[in-house]
Amino acid sequence: MTQQAVLTARGLTKRYGRVTALNNCDFDLYPGEILAVIGDNGAGKSTLIKAISGAVHPDEGVIELDGKHVHFKSPIEAREAGIETVYQNLALSPALSIADNMFLGREIRKPGPLGRWLRMLDRPAMEKRARDKLTELGLMTIQNISQAVETLSGGQRQGVAVARAAAFGSKVVIMDEPTAALGVKESRRVLELILDVKKRGLPIVLISHNMPHVFEVADRIHIHRLGRRLCVVDPKQISMSDAVALMTGAKKPPEDALAA
Amino acid sequence: MSQMQEYEKVLSSSDTSVAAFEEHGKSFVKRAQHFLHSTPAAVPLIVLMLSIIIFGIAIGGRFFSSYTLTLILQQIAIVGILGAAQTLVILTAGIDLSIGVIMVISAVIMGNCAITYGMPTLLAVIVGLAAGGACGLLNGLLVAYMKLPPFIVTLGTWNIVMATNFIYSANETIRDADVDAQAPLLHLFAMSFRVGSAVLTAGVIATVVLVAVLWYVLNHTAWGRHVYAVGDDPEAAKLSGIQTKSVLIAVYTLAGLIAAFAAWVSIGRNGSISPSAAVTDYNLQAITATVIGGISLFGGRGSILGTLFGAMIVGVVSMGLNMLGADPQWKVLLTGVLIIGAVAIDQWIRKVSV
Repeated sequence: MTQQAVLTARGLTKRYGRVTALNNCDFDLYPGEILAVIGDNGAGKSTLIKAISGAVHPDEGVIELDGKHVHFKSPIEAREAGIETVYQNLALSPALSIADNMFLGREIRKPGPLGRWLRMLDRPAMEKRARDKLTELGLMTIQNISQAVETLSGGQRQGVAVARAAAFGSKVVIMDEPTAALGVKESRRVLELILDVKKRGLPIVLISHNMPHVFEVADRIHIHRLGRRLCVVDPKQISMSDAVALMTGAKKPPEDALAA
Repeated sequence: MSQMQEYEKVLSSSDTSVAAFEEHGKSFVKRAQHFLHSTPAAVPLIVLMLSIIIFGIAIGGRFFSSYTLTLILQQIAIVGILGAAQTLVILTAGIDLSIGVIMVISAVIMGNCAITYGMPTLLAVIVGLAAGGACGLLNGLLVAYMKLPPFIVTLGTWNIVMATNFIYSANETIRDADVDAQAPLLHLFAMSFRVGSAVLTAGVIATVVLVAVLWYVLNHTAWGRHVYAVGDDPEAAKLSGIQTKSVLIAVYTLAGLIAAFAAWVSIGRNGSISPSAAVTDYNLQAITATVIGGISLFGGRGSILGTLFGAMIVGVVSMGLNMLGADPQWKVLLTGVLIIGAVAIDQWIRKVSV
């Protein structure tokens, strides 16, 4: 590979008591690509994602963003560095409105003295941008941008979380099961959005159990097994059943698979 | 774009308008539930209005006099301020049992500094406020960093602060006359204004202003939204990039500071400064006002305006029963009924989302 990776991890290890979630795990993400991460339940995918998005501190190993060492102490630091994540549990506050949720932790303040000294939020601006983003995503079934997130359906909540990441990501967007709770139309929208984001030059890490979705959008597939990267494969050169066989240990990886 | 699966081909002709539904099918009860869900301070306000009307009818014109109504406000000022502090804590899904004794020890420190040690009164007030803030900070550190349950932390500090208060003060009361002679500034909030027969004290005005400021902060600043988010779902708040620990520490410290401010107001109301006030259940009164005001004990829900209404409800009920000559225990009984009723209504309103 001649290109320099955007995001690299080497030798990540994370133990929870006696459970080893990550075992000397490597990870590479190249510019402008969609990298799918697949693996069985409990393989450590979520821990890997949390480690690179700052939600979990690995016990060992190094993470590099654009060739520079990074140590994210919190998700907010990862976000400031340009890594935006859609978590599986969505990380939305149910009682707050859609607009408040989308801007949680990076609110827009009113211009002038109202914002500077009274720290007043600019609700109209936040609501307009939230509405624009949701419309772009095709989430028309949301009627009122100031309604509480708890009044939305599961798929609509997912849409809000994806829209939030797409709106703010600047270096890497990580999506943990973004289509798991969505209907046919919304899943299609999210896949199109993923490709849209890719067109803008942003690399995406996609964690999914949905093989048709993975094979449709991914440029490379990182197969995770027993807390480490088993191999990286090209979806054009492998069948879905082979990928599943590798992931579950039914088949040994080919010798040169890491170079894919 | 991407190659579509067969069943997805029909999507191109999907409807693209924003969804809208006709609402006539909803019953009045459902609509009321929705209204209350989006306007959390409405329930206590309605109950407040009802109790004023009921006692007004039962007692007659005497109750409706502006003198009586403003007297109620004077009586609830301290509980109103403590309730505001308690609201902040309860919004983060915590509870502060130490808030009452923090107020008492702050009052004792203010009094001792000004009168026994002869400090300038303004400095004494600042020392008192700092002491209250420090107690709150201790609670906050234990809750945020030691991750102890707020109930346990503040149960502990309640006892610690109460005992410290008695040991430090040797249970000596500072007399009203001494305060007046040496530190009249401590009586600032006793200042009263007459408008017709209505009597407003500076303490009442301070309570209303404090609640108004906190309402603004909670609803129109980022920090206020973070307080709600932390109480609602701390894990989600953390992943959204909110520094939950600093929010918690700030909330408990602010609660301690507000309790110390309540101490200043209470010196104005009581005249003297008595360490034995520490045995009064101010903390429970503040929790009562908060709960009747519709703040959910599970965190993240409710409006601070409700707390003020909650404190007023208790004030109106106790004044009304008093004027009717009822046994004071009826007030206690009714308060109990109101607490259970308020929590029951809270649970019912939450169902709107399910």
